[in-house]
Amino acid sequence: MIIAKGLAQTYMSGDRPLTVLKGIDLEIEAGGAVAILGPSGSGKTTLLGLLAGLDLPSAGYVVLDGQNLSELSEDERAELRADKVGFVFQTFQLIPTLTALENVLVPIELQQASVVNGGEMQRRASELLERVGLGDRTHHYPAQLSGGEQQRVGLARAFANRPKILMADEPTGNLDAETGHHVINLMVRLNREEGTTLVLVTHDVELASKAHRIIQLSAGRIVSDERLTPQ
Amino acid sequence: MSLRFTLAMARRESRTTRRRLLIYIIAITLGVAALVAINSFRANVTSAVSEQARQLLGADLQLGSRWPFAPDVEAVIDSLESAGAAVSRLTSFTSMALATRSGDARLVEVQAPSGDYPYYGELETEPPELWQTFRVARQTLVDPAVLIQLDAAIGDTLAIGQGRFVIAGTVAKMPGDIGLRSTIGLRVYIPAPYLEETGLLRFGSISYYQAYLRIADPAQVQSTVEARDSLFEANRVWYTTVEEYGEDLTEGLDQLGRFLGLVGLVALLLGGIGVASGVHVFVSEKLDTAAVLRCLGTRQRQTFAIYVLQAGLMGLAGAVLGVALGLAMQAVVPQVLRDFLPLDVPFSLEWGVMLAGLGIGLWVSLLFALLPLLRIKDVAPLRALRRDYETARRRRDPWRLATYTALAVTLLALTVWQAPQLVIGLAFAGAAAVGATMLGLTAFALMHLTRRFFPRRADFALRQGIANLFRPHNQTVAATLAIGSGVFLIAHLYVVQRNLLDQIAIETRPDRPNLVMFDIQLDQEKGVAALLEQRGAPVIQRTPIVPARLTRLGERSVEEILADTTGPRIPRWALLREYRHTYRDTLVSSEQLVGGVWFTEEGVGEREEALPRISIEEGIAEELKVGIGDRITWDIQGVPLETEIANIRRVDWARFEPNFFAVFEPGVLADAPQSLVVLTRVDDPVRRAEIQRDLVVGFPNIASIDITVIIAAIDAILSKVALAIRFMALFSIACGLVILIGAIATSRYQRTREAVLLKTLGARSRVIRRILATEYFALGTFAGLTGVGLAAIAGWVAVTFLFEMRFRLPGLPLLAFWLGTALLTTLIGLANSRDVVKRTPLAGMRDFAE
Repeated sequence: MIIAKGLAQTYMSGDRPLTVLKGIDLEIEAGGAVAILGPSGSGKTTLLGLLAGLDLPSAGYVVLDGQNLSELSEDERAELRADKVGFVFQTFQLIPTLTALENVLVPIELQQASVVNGGEMQRRASELLERVGLGDRTHHYPAQLSGGEQQRVGLARAFANRPKILMADEPTGNLDAETGHHVINLMVRLNREEGTTLVLVTHDVELASKAHRIIQLSAGRIVSDERLTPQ
Repeated sequence: MSLRFTLAMARRESRTTRRRLLIYIIAITLGVAALVAINSFRANVTSAVSEQARQLLGADLQLGSRWPFAPDVEAVIDSLESAGAAVSRLTSFTSMALATRSGDARLVEVQAPSGDYPYYGELETEPPELWQTFRVARQTLVDPAVLIQLDAAIGDTLAIGQGRFVIAGTVAKMPGDIGLRSTIGLRVYIPAPYLEETGLLRFGSISYYQAYLRIADPAQVQSTVEARDSLFEANRVWYTTVEEYGEDLTEGLDQLGRFLGLVGLVALLLGGIGVASGVHVFVSEKLDTAAVLRCLGTRQRQTFAIYVLQAGLMGLAGAVLGVALGLAMQAVVPQVLRDFLPLDVPFSLEWGVMLAGLGIGLWVSLLFALLPLLRIKDVAPLRALRRDYETARRRRDPWRLATYTALAVTLLALTVWQAPQLVIGLAFAGAAAVGATMLGLTAFALMHLTRRFFPRRADFALRQGIANLFRPHNQTVAATLAIGSGVFLIAHLYVVQRNLLDQIAIETRPDRPNLVMFDIQLDQEKGVAALLEQRGAPVIQRTPIVPARLTRLGERSVEEILADTTGPRIPRWALLREYRHTYRDTLVSSEQLVGGVWFTEEGVGEREEALPRISIEEGIAEELKVGIGDRITWDIQGVPLETEIANIRRVDWARFEPNFFAVFEPGVLADAPQSLVVLTRVDDPVRRAEIQRDLVVGFPNIASIDITVIIAAIDAILSKVALAIRFMALFSIACGLVILIGAIATSRYQRTREAVLLKTLGARSRVIRRILATEYFALGTFAGLTGVGLAAIAGWVAVTFLFEMRFRLPGLPLLAFWLGTALLTTLIGLANSRDVVKRTPLAGMRDFAE
């Protein structure tokens, strides 16, 4: 599903170059759940961004579902994300001016290939919110929801466009332990039900242990790649 | 689906946008309103003039001359009359009018009508219906202001020259008169048959002879006069048809309207700055959302379009509101300008102007919004994961370059479109660009200096207040620019007006004459001198006046020069006007020699064979294209006199004393027919009035002007002009206040957060207030100092180079402007920040946690 070869990334920090990734090679099969583990500053979020086509690497390339991202334009990568990638963010990243339902609708409305009409889109979005336990909060704005509730809306949005790949960046980073636990269970369940490939970035070892495979990063390099039995 | 998504997102995202951007939309509203109001008024005036031109002229054709019409011209008038035209005559001249009961005298314009003029339009007398009936006896009709200034009443006797006329009533309305006219000059009407009785039409008097005709077939008027154009020109007769009158009037009022429109344009440009400022803050708040949308798969242009659409809709709303407000103001503009309007200007909707205002308002707001919106276009989707991620901006972003170019072209096009002439438009655009640049640079410099040199040991509240001006996403520069622009406009206007009035006030200095007497005949000189001596009025200056006409420049006659279409153009007025010369052996204080040698240095007696010498003023020398050594031939009351230019003078025409285009050397014109001008000074206004009365009684042909009355009249006129300009400048001030309020509102979150933190750390409300007051006072100081400083510089440029006067800086008033701006900014700022101070720390922290 995802192939990365010789991936490297360097940013300018002030007037000095900062190399965040130093030659990453990896392959992620379809249907799996992969956790990218590492301390703060190890490059895991940068790696996630490159795998999702949010940026282009300084060196190397990424093939996402058979398409070399370096050969695509910015808009073509956006199209690809709309069709195939779902996102869950650490800071939820809900659009504050949209209701819960409208937030979930965004990826559905963006899908170019979508042939569903307005009524079907609404049904899909409502159903997803039901599945995450927010069926009665569809018309609430993010400011009216708790952190956990916002992340559940984020989850519903992530699955709205039936993605092949789900990218989650520290999904429980801003939640308390109990809420985070609940959200993770929800995410894993949805992931299994929808059959997506999950790429999870975290610094939480316990959270990482829920995946089939743990890739450890340190100082921009893969230091270990371990396949596990899922919990 | 893509367009639907864009529209849906724009609509949803605008839920909170509308309220946030409302205050900046008001800035566009004010600018559009100013333009729509003044341009609609201009269009209304043009329509009114074309409908009322005939009524304003009062006739189909007007002929006029400084001398009685020559027989050839009278023959033309006779032929028109034979063909069915109605003819009226009007003779006018200036003279003293003395109210015999009160003893007050004033210089007035005497008009002696005959015939049925005005043939069109309204003429109102009080009592009514007097215009024809007052002529049957020795009666007079006067301006209402005459009764006030001469302390006279209906039934009193008015002495004009040797004539005595009973005041029968007043003329309340005359076709073509403007409200300011009585400020400029009083008018008195006497019956034409009694004109000779006054004894005032004599050598040296300045009189005008006019004929007004009603033509049976008005369509023939233009061809009639054009066929006789050379005859009229040869006899120095000017003519005005209804079309020409309407064109002249329209042009004059249109120029006034366009000038005021330029001031309104400044308000629109300030509104654009307000939009850019507001959208800048709006964009900063939306970057995260835009990054998320890009992450989720929205294309770059689509994301950009979502926010451009919102800005466009807000701009459209502002423009629509502006058009509505402009229509309301359109009804007010005629009231503001009523003293300058000779006609009624009915209100009518000008759809072209409204559509133009709508389009311009939308376009300008979009352009100004685009600059900050371009950050949305460039937002990186990675920002959704890493908030500190910023896309490296290309050095030459074509979109940014295109936007700046479009902005510059738009501003240039707007000023050229609005200006009376292309050159003025270009000059205004250039001046606006220079002014904006200097305002911005001054604001930056002030802020930089403040940041650098503000004492580190100053009180905490002061330091914190100053530091707040430089917080992230601050609007300090935009607010300084906007408020500073408004202050600059008002202060600059004040500086120029003050200098003009000060120049005039120079004439009231103790060493300057304040009473001018002219048309004194030579045989009256001794009598006048004795009268003045008796009244204790010293003769400060005695100047002979010799009227003359120019007949030849070098070898060429005036007629040859006028007929020559290939050579250098010499203005007709310079060739055909009546000149008034004098002769003396010294320069006077208003003159400065700039070329050649003065007469006395070579000695008159040494030049027996040479031509008489003259000194010529540099401006007229340039117009006539003559220089030192050139020859000019004059007609001095029928006697030709060839002269040679010996030197060139620069004259201060602003001085209230006799100034001359040509000064003859002594001994040449001593025996020529001449009159005298005498200047004196009398401090006591009552004695001045008595001298004027005695002159009228003893020498009815002599006119006298009390200069203090003239200065008061000029003051009144300048004040009315300034009022009109200030009315338009108010739009700019309002824009500046809107931007100030907006700038305060957008940083309210930060101020509240800071206040909560400080209170949590132990600061009292008093300290918070001092911090806020310091911040706003500093902001107002920057703006005031920027505006006032540049107003002083621009005022110096205008006074020195445009009006050619000595510049004086009105320091105290400018200081008042500066302090007033700072105080006003502080008051508005504190008023809008009341809740910031009141918020409890816990309530504030709860808000921020969410």
